[in-house]
Amino acid sequence: MFEFFVKRLITIVPTLVFVSMLIFGLQQLLPGDPAKILAGEEQDPTVVAYLRTKLHLDEPLPMRYAHWVGGVLQGDLGESVRSQEPVLKLVLQKLPVTVELALLAFTIALLIGIPAGIISAVGRGTAWDYAANVFALWGISTPNFWLGILMILLFSVQLGWLPASGYVSPFEDLGANLAAMIMPAFVLGNAIAAVLMRHTRSAMLQVMSADYVRTARAKGLSERTVVLKHALRNALTPIITLGALELGTLLSGAVLTEQVFTIPGFGKLIVDSVFNRDYAVVQGVVLVTATAYIVLNLLADMAYFLVNPRLRN
Amino acid sequence: MTFSARLLWPALLALAPLVTQAQTLRVGLAEDPDVLDPSLARSFVGRVVFTALCDKLFDIDEKLAIQPQLATAYEWSADSKTLTLKLRAGVTFHDGEKFDAAAVKFNIERHKTLPGSNRRGELAPVASVDVVDASTVKLNLSAPFSPLLAQLADRAGMMVSPKAAQAAGDKFGVKPVCSGPFKFVERVAQDRIVLERNPTYWNKDAIHFDKIVYTPIPDATVRLANLKSGQLDFIERVASSDIAKLQADKKLKTSRITEIGYQGITINIGKSDKAKANPLGRDARVREAFELSLDRQGLAQVVMDNEATVGNQWVAPTNAYYAKNVPVPKRDIARAKALLKEAGVPNPSFTLVAPTTSDAQRLALVVQAMTREAGFDVKIQAAEFATSLNMADKGDYEAYILAWSGRADPDGNLFSFHGCKQPLNYTGYCDPETDKLLNQSRELRDPAERKKVFEQIATRVNKERPVIYLYHRNWLWAYNAKLSGVRNVPDGLLRVADLKMAP
Repeated sequence: MFEFFVKRLITIVPTLVFVSMLIFGLQQLLPGDPAKILAGEEQDPTVVAYLRTKLHLDEPLPMRYAHWVGGVLQGDLGESVRSQEPVLKLVLQKLPVTVELALLAFTIALLIGIPAGIISAVGRGTAWDYAANVFALWGISTPNFWLGILMILLFSVQLGWLPASGYVSPFEDLGANLAAMIMPAFVLGNAIAAVLMRHTRSAMLQVMSADYVRTARAKGLSERTVVLKHALRNALTPIITLGALELGTLLSGAVLTEQVFTIPGFGKLIVDSVFNRDYAVVQGVVLVTATAYIVLNLLADMAYFLVNPRLRN
Repeated sequence: MTFSARLLWPALLALAPLVTQAQTLRVGLAEDPDVLDPSLARSFVGRVVFTALCDKLFDIDEKLAIQPQLATAYEWSADSKTLTLKLRAGVTFHDGEKFDAAAVKFNIERHKTLPGSNRRGELAPVASVDVVDASTVKLNLSAPFSPLLAQLADRAGMMVSPKAAQAAGDKFGVKPVCSGPFKFVERVAQDRIVLERNPTYWNKDAIHFDKIVYTPIPDATVRLANLKSGQLDFIERVASSDIAKLQADKKLKTSRITEIGYQGITINIGKSDKAKANPLGRDARVREAFELSLDRQGLAQVVMDNEATVGNQWVAPTNAYYAKNVPVPKRDIARAKALLKEAGVPNPSFTLVAPTTSDAQRLALVVQAMTREAGFDVKIQAAEFATSLNMADKGDYEAYILAWSGRADPDGNLFSFHGCKQPLNYTGYCDPETDKLLNQSRELRDPAERKKVFEQIATRVNKERPVIYLYHRNWLWAYNAKLSGVRNVPDGLLRVADLKMAP
């Protein structure tokens, strides 16, 4: 396992280098001159020229990449041209928000998705199965922003139970933090729960028809032990893979949900920065989320070892 | 009140409703402002925050007239080349530094020389600044420039603390220090900007809040939901489709102000070779036919739910400088068809670039449908704003839906758009006679004389129609009905003086 872990760790380096080049290269394909966009309504030619020099836009691409990577290696992600804030500060401001939202949403997804998938597989063809499937279909097909706005209208405007939007740090006030996060976390978690439910169901159905499950039953084990200990454990591998991917996606920011609930996370930061052609911010945030994604996949690989003893040898 | 308390407001309501609410004004903005440095700032929404943060030499009122702020009086020299300002006494910046003539000189020079300053162009005619005494300053101009007062009533007239500006260099915008009614506390990008009352403000009796929290909420529906649920006291840019319902809500009030900007269709008539390649750019008769095939009132109704004033010039018909000799033409399909026939192109076809905002997209569709009746075949190309601006700048377009946020003096809506080779001249319109008139309008100070020149410019520009002006949108605000003192100034910026929350 250790060797495998080290091998995977080493592959991270070229992956990150490739990712950094990709981020940098793809961004150059964005149409429009960033200096012009940043120059604002007035389009003063001296301002445009100044910004072009400041952003190194007048230099060849490899030079600009070198400028950026040189800074990154020294821990300097650059500065937002729009707000003058250092990108690192912006990332550190948003990261806890996005991580919290992602973890909350993921927890909700796990709590709903996996039990629903198990129930649906075990009770295949029963009313429970149909109910779980209807729920999954609803979760997958409901657009996040629509559900979000409806929840705001119900819980904030009509009932006045929860704040309509905004974010409070949990260290400042945990109650207010949870009150602000519960709706967006549910909206995000709900959609993922549906996907998890479908996958858990199909993985469980496959496993439940396996020989060893029949053997377990023949041994006279209780149905509960058969399902949870023998079947579920073996069904978990694909679910872990999917879970890691979904969590990775959550960590890269939930654009629409963050927009609707005005949660100041990565999603909002990236979108605004792309529209404003604030390159340094886009590059910094994408680099951080790409790293998180890669690390999560590594963790998922390690989780296989925990659930699948055969891999340990 | 802390930010957390702001979000816990519904729970706190039962405990201490009046105290907490009366002290903090919570404003919902449509975008996150850019850098908070008056010299570098570029966005409209940043000006909303500046209104509470940074006082200017002058302000404008509901009728766009110049009002004193940090300058209490002004005097032009006979040749219009020197502007002498008398400054308000006893004003200090938020860091305790004194506001005086030396500070004005520093600020004007900073606006003019700071790398990347967006104010340089606005103050270009100011050649030098002389400190006469502590409360008198003289601005020497290279040529007469009547829009100067209006410029000084906007960001170019904002005064920052020289000491803080020198210490912070180009990072000043991260922690701005001005002399306005509120001072900067903190900013979390895309989340909030917090200001607190300036206890030494020269007009402190007019300030009735201890704190202002600006929260950017880009989605109009969510912004409104926050107002309705009591988490915000004031929101700007309400969606026009929501206004009718809001007016029935007794807990809320609305304001409607005709903007100083405009919505129009910019046409490439000489910016690039593309202009000559299609009949719309080539022939003024086709452009006239295009205009005649539009029903402006219909456009305003369908696109803006009638929350706009139709117009055909860079200023609204309600503006004192509107040229009445060039009235808004009525829709006339027969005449449009005749003009197209005369031009030899009964079915002209061109591509209309429309930014991806919902307003612009709706507008493009209605224009397409309306002009089809006269024989036009309009193809719509949706382009995200940055892309569309780039196309306009390169002349890589035929027609382009473009809005301008507007400036208090007509010069700000006109000179840079219709002057030869000016930065915002996307149409390629260039007429030496118009240029002469544009310069003349800057030299004249007498409003009646200026108006005559604007009338001549309107006649000349209208002949070529590089821009088909359509309408002037309404700024739509909604706020807690207990909030009083909201002033409807046409620049769309919320003035905080005299704002008061009833218990």
